[in-house]
Amino acid sequence: MQMSSIVKTTADVLFPFILIYGFYIIIHGHLTPGGGFQGGAILASGVLLLLLAYKYAESTNVVRQVVMKSLESTGLLLFIIAALSAMMLGAGFFFNWLSPGGILFGDIVAYGSGTANLNTGGLIPIMNIAVGIEVVGAISVILLALLSGIKEKI
Amino acid sequence: MRRNLSIIITILMVGMLGVIVTGLTFGDPGEHPMDRYFIENSQIESGANNVVAAVLFDYRGFDTLGEAAVLFTAALGVSLVLRKRRDD
Repeated sequence: MQMSSIVKTTADVLFPFILIYGFYIIIHGHLTPGGGFQGGAILASGVLLLLLAYKYAESTNVVRQVVMKSLESTGLLLFIIAALSAMMLGAGFFFNWLSPGGILFGDIVAYGSGTANLNTGGLIPIMNIAVGIEVVGAISVILLALLSGIKEKI
Repeated sequence: MRRNLSIIITILMVGMLGVIVTGLTFGDPGEHPMDRYFIENSQIESGANNVVAAVLFDYRGFDTLGEAAVLFTAALGVSLVLRKRRDD
């Protein structure tokens, strides 16, 4: 069934805002409630909005299954590499070696409650981003596989 | 004969479950020493302001790795079951 142009326009307008909100949740995962899983689910809900508003063949021009599968694999690989990277320095698996004074996300966090600094956390933001990439890929793959069976009258 | 046996086994198992459930105490969990430890030290040790993120990605990193692997396997299974057949 073809959706009305109201639904399509609403999906077009809302899609970038949903993406921005999902990226915000992922990147601020070590400061505010949320994180990789939640932000990835929000991003995947934007993908679902596109899939529901448009026909399946139309929306697969934007949301390609190959891209989503590679995002899924890339996220899991990035997570494992981030976990293994501590072992190259002689520390244990999952050791947060970037946390105090590293190059990236290395600021020292002030003890107690206070204003949040995005440049803290060490490996935690990197792992959040990796998990977010993996979740958006995995849920999009599941949605694409499930919605490909819908019978559409053209 | 088998019917009676199965009824007896069912009653026995329900009774065991009842004994276990009524023996448990619900609510008011005792304070574990790790609770206070996470709240007081996670900011210094992991560098993250969010204690939940510190527990998820630092203290319990293996759990998150397993979750990610489970999600990966789920997507793999769904795309394997619902793949396009070559004959249609």
